[in-house]
Amino acid sequence: MIHSVFIINKTGDVFMEKHWKSVVPRSVCDYFFDAQRKSTTPDDIPPVIATPHHYLISIYRCSLFFVAVSLTEVPPLFVIEFFHRVVDTFEDYFGECNETIIKENYVVVYELLDEMLDNGFPLATESNILKELIKPPNILRTLKNTITGDSNMSSTLPMGQLSNIPWRRQGVKYTNNEAYFDVIEEVDAILDKSGGIVNAEIQGRIECCVKLSGMPDLTLSFVNPRLVDDVSFHPCVRYRRWESEKVLSFIPPDGNFILMTYHVGGMNAFPIPVYVRHHIGLRGEPGGARLDITIGPKQTMGRLLEDVKLEMPMPKAVLNCMLTPSQGRYSFDPVKKVLFWDVGRIEAGSVPNIRGTVSLQSGAPAPKSNPSINLQFTLTQLAASGLRVNRLDMYGERYKPFKGVKYITKAGYFQVRT
Amino acid sequence: MSASPYNDYSGSGDTEYGQETLSGSTGFFTADYKRHDDLKNMLDSNKDSLKLEAMKRIIGMVAKGRDASDLFPAVVKNVVSKNIEVKKLVYVYLVRYAEDQQDLALLSISTFQRALKDPNQLIRASALRVLSSIRVPVIVPIMMLAIKDGVSDMSPYVRKAAAHAIPKLYVLDPEQKEELMGVIEKLLSDRTTLVMGSAVMAFEDVCPERTDLIHKTYRKLCNLLTDVEEWGQVIIINMLTRYARSQFADPTQGALEDPNRPFYDSDDADKDEEDHTKEKAKQMDPDHRLLLQNTRPLLQSRNASVVMAVAQLYYHCAPQSEFPPVVKALIRLLRSRREVQSIVLNVVAAMSTKRKGLFEHYMKSFYVRSTDPTHIKLLKLEILTNLATESNISLILRELGTYIGEGDPEFVAASIHSIARCASEIKEVADTCLNGLVLLLSNPDEAVVAESVVVIRKLLQLQPSHHKDIITQMAKMVDTITVPNARASILWLLGEYSERVPGVAPDVLRKMAKVFIEQEDIVKLQILNLAVKLYVTNPEQTSLLTQYILNLGKYDQSYDIRDRTRFFRAFIFPVGDAQKSQLVKYAKKIFLTNKPPPIIESRFKDREEFQIGTLSNYINAKAMGYWELPAFPEVPPDPSVRNVEIPSSPSWPAPARTARKPHTKGKTSKVSFYSESEEEGEEEENEGEESSEEEENEESSSEEESEEGSSEEESEEAETPVKPKPPAATPKKADEPPKKKPAPVSESESEETESNEESSSSEEEALPKSTPKKKPESPPKSNLDLLMDLDFGTDTSFSSPMLMPHATLPSTPSKEMLSAAPTKAWKVVPAVFVPTTYKTLLSRTAGGGCEITYRFTRTPNLYSPRMISVELVYTNMGDEGINESISVKNVGNEDFKAPSVVSGLQAQRSASGTMGIDPGESTQPLKLEIAIGGLVHPAQLVVPIGERVRPLAMDAATFTAERSKLKGMNENRAKVKVAPGRSLSKDLLSLVNAAPIGEDHRFACQTVSSECLILVGLEPSGEDCTVVVNCEKMVLASMLLKEIREGLAA
Repeated sequence: MIHSVFIINKTGDVFMEKHWKSVVPRSVCDYFFDAQRKSTTPDDIPPVIATPHHYLISIYRCSLFFVAVSLTEVPPLFVIEFFHRVVDTFEDYFGECNETIIKENYVVVYELLDEMLDNGFPLATESNILKELIKPPNILRTLKNTITGDSNMSSTLPMGQLSNIPWRRQGVKYTNNEAYFDVIEEVDAILDKSGGIVNAEIQGRIECCVKLSGMPDLTLSFVNPRLVDDVSFHPCVRYRRWESEKVLSFIPPDGNFILMTYHVGGMNAFPIPVYVRHHIGLRGEPGGARLDITIGPKQTMGRLLEDVKLEMPMPKAVLNCMLTPSQGRYSFDPVKKVLFWDVGRIEAGSVPNIRGTVSLQSGAPAPKSNPSINLQFTLTQLAASGLRVNRLDMYGERYKPFKGVKYITKAGYFQVRT
Repeated sequence: MSASPYNDYSGSGDTEYGQETLSGSTGFFTADYKRHDDLKNMLDSNKDSLKLEAMKRIIGMVAKGRDASDLFPAVVKNVVSKNIEVKKLVYVYLVRYAEDQQDLALLSISTFQRALKDPNQLIRASALRVLSSIRVPVIVPIMMLAIKDGVSDMSPYVRKAAAHAIPKLYVLDPEQKEELMGVIEKLLSDRTTLVMGSAVMAFEDVCPERTDLIHKTYRKLCNLLTDVEEWGQVIIINMLTRYARSQFADPTQGALEDPNRPFYDSDDADKDEEDHTKEKAKQMDPDHRLLLQNTRPLLQSRNASVVMAVAQLYYHCAPQSEFPPVVKALIRLLRSRREVQSIVLNVVAAMSTKRKGLFEHYMKSFYVRSTDPTHIKLLKLEILTNLATESNISLILRELGTYIGEGDPEFVAASIHSIARCASEIKEVADTCLNGLVLLLSNPDEAVVAESVVVIRKLLQLQPSHHKDIITQMAKMVDTITVPNARASILWLLGEYSERVPGVAPDVLRKMAKVFIEQEDIVKLQILNLAVKLYVTNPEQTSLLTQYILNLGKYDQSYDIRDRTRFFRAFIFPVGDAQKSQLVKYAKKIFLTNKPPPIIESRFKDREEFQIGTLSNYINAKAMGYWELPAFPEVPPDPSVRNVEIPSSPSWPAPARTARKPHTKGKTSKVSFYSESEEEGEEEENEGEESSEEEENEESSSEEESEEGSSEEESEEAETPVKPKPPAATPKKADEPPKKKPAPVSESESEETESNEESSSSEEEALPKSTPKKKPESPPKSNLDLLMDLDFGTDTSFSSPMLMPHATLPSTPSKEMLSAAPTKAWKVVPAVFVPTTYKTLLSRTAGGGCEITYRFTRTPNLYSPRMISVELVYTNMGDEGINESISVKNVGNEDFKAPSVVSGLQAQRSASGTMGIDPGESTQPLKLEIAIGGLVHPAQLVVPIGERVRPLAMDAATFTAERSKLKGMNENRAKVKVAPGRSLSKDLLSLVNAAPIGEDHRFACQTVSSECLILVGLEPSGEDCTVVVNCEKMVLASMLLKEIREGLAA
């Protein structure tokens, strides 16, 4: 299992290490640095590196590398999944996760790592349990701690943590009982040159913010659950109920969590809410290649496209872009060679367009192909797949909770080939 | 110590370390020393805040990887600190440095030993964790003792910690293996889901070869798997995969299927596949089926590693027809984090070489995006190529065509290779591919051209018969192309097929001869090759050129080329006459022999030998500690080893088991790959972790029922201790004697039992013996008795948890244990007293003339043993009859529907019905819905704790022993004023469904839902009476106490 963990920042500085068994010298990270040097982007570092005596399994998140050292066979996904859970926990505790925050809160971080892993095997990873063992820092408490010299350890040890429901703590109390559900769908699509759909999928998730007192038992049902191809659940969801009745029945964890993620595959046709028309002639005459892109809404069911952003990684030979957008602003990063156009909201009837010339480096070989376009957008109050929540019922408690459902559709990996 | 260590220090520190400074150490080190010194001072202070500050800074040093070992003595002292935070940090420090300073570390051991006896489970657990983590070999015996204690601890959290400690001890001292295996065996029989994962983890670390330990727990593991925490699930599934491979027959055997056949082929294919499945399912061992069935829901886990574990289980152990849901889940994982994606793609790549039909359907999910990292792109490409079939090749080729335009050279090269692979695998498109590749030869990008050349060379070799023009075209490119590999390929082609292009080859050789010196080694070698081959076929045109080239090669810098030159020279320009005849004769044969065409295949071809999803599988090499997956046995071993019944009592466990088996069988015969019997599912889901527990509850309850009839005497016997007392107490108003007496008696008795306990700890048989002593009185030897007898036998460790439903308590007394372990010396008995008063559920006014009253009957419920029976009496007080049906149902917890329905009620009549409710652990009132015709009236039913329990019979010694374990926080007491002249026992029994133990106001019961032991004691003294409630669940205890207090006072 996990022998040691090193946390490394982007510049290759090992700024935290923790060992669960005998100490592994940090020189083992050199193998990792070798791999890092070989790859062009941090994303390209292979997640598993075999060295003569150790196996390094790493993730890259929040501009940090988390490297686990194992001496023996271990399912790599096990370690990777655990690391992501660790970072999730950090984000949960500190709001965000980066080098400065980890350094500032090293004691809490260290205690967390200590609780989460015992002898290299995960011990307590549910944030509800961890929060009872180690209180997350907040301004008030930090202030109090500096005055009184206390710290975040809870001085009274929790007893309720061994309840039958490991993800929920006992004795939760709120004055306002509320439950919010955000149905968030991300459209992953590849469109070909002529706008035809090469592949389109939807990745959905239901993010919840549940603040209910006591031990509520919730049931969430959908109008059209059959739309969903494949699902994964938070452990609280009773799988058999879903199997038989297609309803989500669960005792929710306290606070924010992801209730379920789902996948709507290519078999179920759904409308792509946007179209892109483009004329890119980078292979044209040197010195002045043309570029002309138009974006417009399509089948959005009356909703407006918001937060539309367009990104194009340009070939190396591009020196600069002289463009005029009809809406929004554009920028070109001459170092990274990325063209960025922030379109903003597309009002009904308007069709934003950007056109102009792209100057190419003279003498350099002409780029062999046109760059592809990556698109981002948001549609509120609409789930692209058409999934709708029918109702939410609560059992087990007497009060009436305030309930809310929100739908958002976003672009996931939305790519237009040119 | 002083309150201002900083100031104190500045004086003394200098003098102490002055010498050091003088002796030439740098300022840096001095500063370091100084800092450590003030840390020491802070640690020695008596202020917790200073200590904490110091510890925080020390942990900071540890975290940064700086050496803080010289602070060890100062830190270790603080292990006794009362402040939990300081203590915790000291623990962290200890774990890191104890190995280096073993002698000093020993100082802390006694603290841990003390903490191991702490009433708080978390303190016990953390003490055990640290004690086992400090890696000091001297304490191995202490660790062993602590582990053994921990394994039979009340708290599952501590047992989990004990399970974690086992591998640590094993690493420290492998000689303890035998003993540890005993401990593991015990842990494996634990029924708490919290512990199971860790127990299996310990098993995997210490003795993975002992499959025999798993037999008995196998079914339990399968049944409870969904409730184990995620990490444990991964470990358990991986272990069970190996187990299944060694214990069950190959499910794919007998059904010869084309592994590449697409899954969604056609209807009739589906049908006969289903038929296959049916056949196979029939053959499959029910236990094998059980495993597959119980792991399937886990494909929906949010944890990618769990999904992967199930995927590999299905891949290695399930018939192929059941694989499609797994594919779906794997495709879903593709959308998660990059690292997960990379691993999953790797696995899919390995799987798709053998089973392309499964993934073909999801081909589009593997399309490459320009934003993917390179290694992901390459993996996707690999998979796409693996998936190519005649039907989808045009799509794939079009896709591959677009990839060639990408900016990433490595990826473009791989795409071109993929095209070649498609061409070589699917003959129909070979020509199309070749033409496409030839078109690429005119691509402006040289890298693309070069790669195409190399690939075309390979393809041409596969079918050299025609394509003269391609060779000519490539020959023309030899001048322009600069990439050595491509050039070498062209030259090789020309040499090999020089007869087809007789005019061109010598000319190319001439050109090459001119630039020979400037070429890369690989090109030079090919020039030499070309020269020799041409010389052999066409000596008149090329002999001079060849000679020239060989001369150049002779003086080349690279010894490889010099070597090759020398070798060739011997063939074609031999020195001696003797050899001439021999070698030259064969030269043609040697050089122009038919070369086997290169096989272009997936680099994932042979990954299968490693278990899917393992580290070894990913790195394609055997990792340390990798256990090879055994092949399925020809003849599966005896399946009966997994039966958990006890051979000596065939009366009931056997039927229970068989009753279950046909059920599974009936199901499996129905099972096709998608369907799963829902009723079964429902059951299991609802019951969740209790599923098998429930099973045995049912057994015990049915047993109870059967007992009821036959063993009246027995229940009487249970009552006998009570009976003499109430008559003595109530009519004579002789409360005083019992009031005075019991106190001293109970005291003396508790003393007695204490000593008893001590003696039992040494003899450890005392307890068990005392129970059978009582037993002989009960005439019919019920099954339970049989079991209890068995329980005291020697080797029933596996059976006891199944039979004894009390989940949180360890089962068998281990010989090595220090204190006598609790033997389940109690059993559920029918209610001693049933209250006859009714309470109102629905008043006449609210119910429109219909009144409903209820009482708790304290009998086992027919629907589920976890339910409490409530008798409802419906009375129609109105003048009109009610024609519609009246139903009362429990809406709070839909999983348990046991409503009571009365159809119609005449005026002024009443009827009764029974309803089952399961309040679970919730202390809220239950929500009921009373429907009278179309009208629905909400109602609430408060279920007192006293009604949520079942009476337990046990002997007095057990009572005392159990009570002594539930001291401290688990004990709640309160004083109540009681009206004189009342029978305390009777009052209590009306409040709590308990059974009296002995004669001095002691009662025992357990909760229905979690079977948690509750002990109640009354200690009357004068006007007052002290009520003592002992229970592991403090909330329950305090609530029950409240109820009793109010009830007695009323």
